[in-house]
Amino acid sequence: MRAAVVVFPGTWSDGDCIYALSRVGIEGYRVWHREAPDFAADELVVLPGGFSYGDYLRCGAIARFSPVMESVRAHAARGGLVIGICNGFQILCEAGLLPGVLMRNASLQFRCQSTYLLPGSADSPFTSSLDLDRALAVPISHGEGNYFADAATLDLLEATGRVAFRYCDADGAVTDEANPNGAQRNIAGILNEGRNVLGMMPHPERACDPLLGGEDGNAIWRSVLDAVGVRA
Amino acid sequence: MTVDDHTLAQVAMSRVEFDRLVAMLEREPTEVELGMAGALWSEHCGYKHSRPLFKHFPTRGPRVLTEVGTENAGAIDLGDGWCAVFKMESHNHPSAIEPYEGAATGVGGILRDIFAMGMRPVALLDSLRFGPLADAHNRHLFAGVVAGIGGYGNCIGVPTVGGEVQMAPQYSGNPLVNAMCVGVGRVDHLLSAAARGVGNPLVLVGADTGRDGIHGATFASVELDQDSADRRPAVQVGNPFMEKLLMEACVELAEQHGDWIEGLQDLGAAGLTSSAVESAHRAGTGIDIDTQLVPRREQAMTPYEVMLSESQERMLVIPKREHLDDVLALFRRWELHADVIGSVTGDQMATIRDGAEVVARISIDVLSDAPQYELETRRPADLDARQSEDLSALPDLDVAHAGAMLLELLGSENLASRRWIFRQYDHQVQNNTIVAPGGDAAVIWLKGTTRGIAVATDCNGRLVGLEPRIGAQIAVAEAARNVVATGALPVAVTDCLNFGNPEHPEIAYQLAQSIIGLSEACRALETPVVSGNASLYNETPDGAVLPTPTVGMLGVIEDVARAMTPALHDGDTVLLLGATVAQGAETLAGGEYLAHAHGRVAGLPRLDLDLEVRVQRLVLDAHARGLLTAAHDCADGGLAVALAECCIAGNVGLDARAIDLGARTDAALFGEAQSRFLVATRDVEAVRVLAAAADVPCTVLGVAGGGLLRLGPLALAVEELRDIHEGGLARILSGPETMV
Repeated sequence: MRAAVVVFPGTWSDGDCIYALSRVGIEGYRVWHREAPDFAADELVVLPGGFSYGDYLRCGAIARFSPVMESVRAHAARGGLVIGICNGFQILCEAGLLPGVLMRNASLQFRCQSTYLLPGSADSPFTSSLDLDRALAVPISHGEGNYFADAATLDLLEATGRVAFRYCDADGAVTDEANPNGAQRNIAGILNEGRNVLGMMPHPERACDPLLGGEDGNAIWRSVLDAVGVRA
Repeated sequence: MTVDDHTLAQVAMSRVEFDRLVAMLEREPTEVELGMAGALWSEHCGYKHSRPLFKHFPTRGPRVLTEVGTENAGAIDLGDGWCAVFKMESHNHPSAIEPYEGAATGVGGILRDIFAMGMRPVALLDSLRFGPLADAHNRHLFAGVVAGIGGYGNCIGVPTVGGEVQMAPQYSGNPLVNAMCVGVGRVDHLLSAAARGVGNPLVLVGADTGRDGIHGATFASVELDQDSADRRPAVQVGNPFMEKLLMEACVELAEQHGDWIEGLQDLGAAGLTSSAVESAHRAGTGIDIDTQLVPRREQAMTPYEVMLSESQERMLVIPKREHLDDVLALFRRWELHADVIGSVTGDQMATIRDGAEVVARISIDVLSDAPQYELETRRPADLDARQSEDLSALPDLDVAHAGAMLLELLGSENLASRRWIFRQYDHQVQNNTIVAPGGDAAVIWLKGTTRGIAVATDCNGRLVGLEPRIGAQIAVAEAARNVVATGALPVAVTDCLNFGNPEHPEIAYQLAQSIIGLSEACRALETPVVSGNASLYNETPDGAVLPTPTVGMLGVIEDVARAMTPALHDGDTVLLLGATVAQGAETLAGGEYLAHAHGRVAGLPRLDLDLEVRVQRLVLDAHARGLLTAAHDCADGGLAVALAECCIAGNVGLDARAIDLGARTDAALFGEAQSRFLVATRDVEAVRVLAAAADVPCTVLGVAGGGLLRLGPLALAVEELRDIHEGGLARILSGPETMV
């Protein structure tokens, strides 16, 4: 399987994503943001982490105008798989592909630390192989990951099983203490209505190798492989 | 041109130096020439006080690929065609005035030194010094510097993996911000910063040039005073996004198109002046620049301002003529401006034009020939008295209070966990961080191999202040010990010499003795100095900073999967290598306990370099044989603090009830004798045999397990130790706002 890893000016986890994908047998390749390719129906499109355009205006606010975003939009509309990680999540929200916004962390400081994620739903191509009772160790690294949406949107996300991940403790308890950035309802990642677009603040590509402290993040890529395999 | 004192003060040139310049030129310099000479002859660029001392440094070794001074940073052979380049640099004065941008641009500057050599930056470290955090202004500087380091490093995607922070009154108002960067790549991708090939174009890439940072190099070469805040225009503003693009473009150029260019050089202190002149000097060529071709961000800039601007995020590229279009296209693809601003000449002159008018035409040799001063040194008058204070006359610590003292120290500003700091730094990006901040040294994986590098910085200014030569030796020894504690072999050193005004003989003594001490320890440990930086004139009206020759140590570990941390594991036996538990009062010299409990900095620091070498070799040998499960440098705060750190890291207790504290409780628990490691093993006997063969003292302390740290008569819950240790900085930083 192939995955298009989009590179905006200022993206920095493109290499990390390609490495993580290679760990599960997915071949990642870079797509520069000025290109607007026709993504293959069965490929995964990754919007990786970083500081696109320096995050100088508002995270993701400029990147969403890049030519590649038309391709991403078309891919998503066709049901193709799109994952936005960290800055990629912010871009997806700015582009209107996902609801809500990512505000500054409640601490007003950048946070790079280990966090645990409780999957909220196994009903998506990204989470199908996850055990809903087991917390995944996946780190965060962001200054603006405080997920916010109005109560109606949050209720809808919850009612339709579109909260993909919540911050929790090592035992899977969703607590205030386990929330590293003040995100509403501990939300770490969400799905779109079609469940083919995932945005998440934590970095699964960093939890990809026991040598680097764990490989819980690979479960997401494995789910994708399952999903694509089933479709094929 | 009449040159008045004010003009000379602006370029920090003395009347004697001006007369020297006139004699060398056989005429008076033009305004632009004077500005260029002033910047290049400043201490910051010309090292006029420190360079004569550099001859002491050992600079060669089997792994050294580029000798110190020949390029922007030192390069070390990592084997199999890989190499590492690394360097440390100060950004003290800018950070004193504007902490966020001062620190941020310090990070930006050191990154450019590394990717100018064609290597990809893989790790950043920061060695920081501040005045006590009880003072609100020091807290403001501290928080600003930490935010600035994070703001730049996080944005650009290079992990900040280590460093250290110390507080002492002498750093009040004059913080030290030393940033270190390590880059790695293939040996055959190493680039030179030489302007070779007469007729080749000079291409300026990156940010437009503004008035920011004019006279930054000279600002760094004078003392801070009440008017320093007015120098804010000399502080630059960073743009990490632009630097990210520059970094990617330069690394791509080096990795894929090294044959397109002759040289690549960053623009740092003294901007275009030093960049162009130094690269011409390296190649034995000249340069011809038209300042009107330099893209500006401000109106009506003079040639003088263009040549001395320290606008950040700019690089000078010297492409081969036939590949100029290729190079310009590559930078355009990265959405960067790149403009031809001049060319390489064969006349060994710096010719600067403002359109048709020549505004400077001065010999590269003259500009590169900064005056050299033999320092007049005098041993500080109070040194003997402070060294010979009888520490054994101090009352010993009552065992009943020892537990409370350990908690106090663990939560104190110099010993509390640095988590509050490093959780604000992205220390994982690039997916190579094997050992994260919080241990002795960070370990970075060289992906595609089993190998890694270990990096640490160190310097205890209090010890250097008490005995500069020994204190500097200790800085090297401890940095090496930090690297060894991960299982890596120390291979080379970068240094950053932070001192007061060297024109004061007592400061000159500290500087000269420190360099001798650094050199002796580097020889003993076989770690040559491959790069460095001097930051002098670190003084406020209240006096000079503690002499702080910061050491950055690079080590190589053959198998990153076997990297060690201080974390203890249940059931392992903990040993102390290098000394017995019982210690004399003299080991309290210059230590945290002495400062904290008795409010004094006194005594004579000691180091046995032979023992140091033996202990480090023993630990590496035992690790190579697979005997060790954890290791930790036993240093600041002494044995009790080091053991507490091992327990906290492993989240496990230790039963060391049986140890003999000897005659002095304070020295045994908190004394800071050098050359000591804590190691954990499952095969005590094997380690003992190795230690005996190496003639290294080895004491069994106890077995890890349970939730209590039991140390002689002490018993403390690891949970309590952790709360105190990890919450320490946050508690201190939330102190009352006494001033802004």
